[in-house]
Amino acid sequence: MENNWTTIITPKNKWYKLNFKEIWDYRDLISIFVKRDIISIYKQTILGPIWFLLGPLFTVFTYTFLFSEIAHLSTDGLPGPLFYLGGTTLWNYFQACFNGASSTFSANAGIFGKVYFPRLVTPISLMISNLLKLGFQFLTYVGFLIYYHQHNDKLHFHVEMLYLVPFIILILAIIAMGSGIIISSLTSKYRDLTMIVGIGMMLFMYATPIMYPVSAIPILYKPYLYLNPISPLIEAFRFVFTGTGTFTLLQLIYSLIFGVFLLFTGIFVFNKTEKTFMDTV
Amino acid sequence: MSTVIKVENLSKQYRLGTVGASTFKEDTNRWWARMRGKEDPYLKLGEENNRTIKNDSNFVWSLKDINFDVQQGDILGVVGRNGAGKSTLLKILSKVTAPTTGSVKVKGRIASLLEVGTGFHPELTGRENIYLNGAILGMRKHEITRKLDEIIAFAGVEKYVDTPVKRYSSGMYVRLAFAVAAHLESEILIVDEVLAVGDVEFQQKCLGKMGDVSKGEGRTILFVSHNIPAIKTLCTSAIFLENGILSLNSSVDSVLRKYATSNSIEKRDIKLDLHKYENELIKVVSASIYTPDDNINSLITLTHEIFLKFEILNKTKDNFLSIGFDIKTVRDEVVFGSGSVFEFLDDTLTVTCKIPSNFLNSDIYNIDFYIHTKFMKQICYYQNMLTFEIHENARNNGYLGKINGFIRCNLEWIYNK
Repeated sequence: MENNWTTIITPKNKWYKLNFKEIWDYRDLISIFVKRDIISIYKQTILGPIWFLLGPLFTVFTYTFLFSEIAHLSTDGLPGPLFYLGGTTLWNYFQACFNGASSTFSANAGIFGKVYFPRLVTPISLMISNLLKLGFQFLTYVGFLIYYHQHNDKLHFHVEMLYLVPFIILILAIIAMGSGIIISSLTSKYRDLTMIVGIGMMLFMYATPIMYPVSAIPILYKPYLYLNPISPLIEAFRFVFTGTGTFTLLQLIYSLIFGVFLLFTGIFVFNKTEKTFMDTV
Repeated sequence: MSTVIKVENLSKQYRLGTVGASTFKEDTNRWWARMRGKEDPYLKLGEENNRTIKNDSNFVWSLKDINFDVQQGDILGVVGRNGAGKSTLLKILSKVTAPTTGSVKVKGRIASLLEVGTGFHPELTGRENIYLNGAILGMRKHEITRKLDEIIAFAGVEKYVDTPVKRYSSGMYVRLAFAVAAHLESEILIVDEVLAVGDVEFQQKCLGKMGDVSKGEGRTILFVSHNIPAIKTLCTSAIFLENGILSLNSSVDSVLRKYATSNSIEKRDIKLDLHKYENELIKVVSASIYTPDDNINSLITLTHEIFLKFEILNKTKDNFLSIGFDIKTVRDEVVFGSGSVFEFLDDTLTVTCKIPSNFLNSDIYNIDFYIHTKFMKQICYYQNMLTFEIHENARNNGYLGKINGFIRCNLEWIYNK
């Protein structure tokens, strides 16, 4: 009896069957999804990608006014806009990735219900297409950097550590995708969690050093802040470009391990959910 | 020939009702049973999926113990009434949802067309959507590029390829979508009634293309449709699903025969309810419709002669009575009426009227039956006394849709010099 079947459809996926080859086979789909996401965002707008800049700019000026001018929160001695823009650039990327990934199933129910492709393709392409937005915001940040570097001697640009930046973004994407797909799997049947997640993300932003530097935190609470795997990433990002911020290599490794753990847990539950979520979504 | 799809004991259970606290309780029970190493307690529940009868159970088997094989190059027609499990079966085969139990083994790439234009993005142009849709269906970019011109030509949208598809007419949209799918290089193609959309010309093109890919390229097709002529003409074998159960897996003809009879609203033999067609003057003892092979249950097709047989008990003093009937469509249009005066030599009389073959179009017909005296005084008038359906035959020419009109003669066409 010949049994060279190419596909065997069974009730459940084996947990160890993470079909990375299949995702690789669909790499063209990832690139087309990325293209679709990018095109569809600013089609029929006149300002196009400039909209990516205006939002954060307004946020940053509001923060500067509120936290820096009125509340006199520390900015590690940095000019307000520069300090806040660094944090929000990274945070916006994280949030966009997380929100996108966490609605993978509910937002794509229509297409998932009609055709099969490895479902992970969707969150992966989202991580990539959000890079564009990140890129635009980063350019603005660079603009601010150039301006302030000319007017402020206290800034230190650690060129030799620039190589850290891609890693910081990669780890951020891994954490966002890992936690996002966990949430998307858990909420495909019971929507209660969606509500909690909305509130949780808001609180989580305050638990991340975006509006304040780690150095401004009382020593008693610092360990808790460092439990947050995103804290060292943001501090490291600021350190590279402006010379302020406290982080250690160990903390970055902690973030990476945390992210990879989340990602694999995510893929595991995602794999379990993707087989039958169509019946419950 | 080799088996390319092997379906074994395939079942799919669905839960009815909404998701809420009660489903959470069930999930908890299920989890608890699994933790103790026991079987899922809800798999024992569930009835056959008959949507017209309300059951106590919240669980139904949309598919139950389905087994069949598909050979390479086959076009397998899947027929069944709405809710029989056809779409569930296709969804499992195209990996959109997983079965509850059982397995499917497949050899080769499957491309499924459960819907045309899946994932089309309204803002993207036709060309961009070809790439998007192709990639969603599992094609590589270079494959699409290679077939791009062919796809655009097949869809007939050359002029619009660089316009966003949101500006397309719905027909153009469908054309483009089917064109992409039809040019997939998959070994197995699953098609779910997508042909119900689009104009006649395009439907023909699609059916033709399906026939070509199967015969020419040896690809296997699973085809769900309610278009009987299309199934008769295209398919090489068929399965019939009834309430989630595989009722018949056989030749196209026998499956369609069973499908038609199971689905039938025909009333071709009324011996059983005699009381209904009786008054003080007359009694219709029996009435039946049959074909020359004399089997009351066989399907009547276009090429059959049809016999209408009436057995009448005469309780009047007249020896001569006029017996007749009208044949009507279900829309109550009378196609024709016929009648004649008969002499009763005895109390009862049996008469038969023969309707020639190749005369009535395929449709459902009701028969109004009436008897008058010689002087046209009405004795009885029974509306919709009999019902019969004329079914399509396989066709050998291109067109597979509905042919218009009440009558369907074989007319002679000749060449003029």
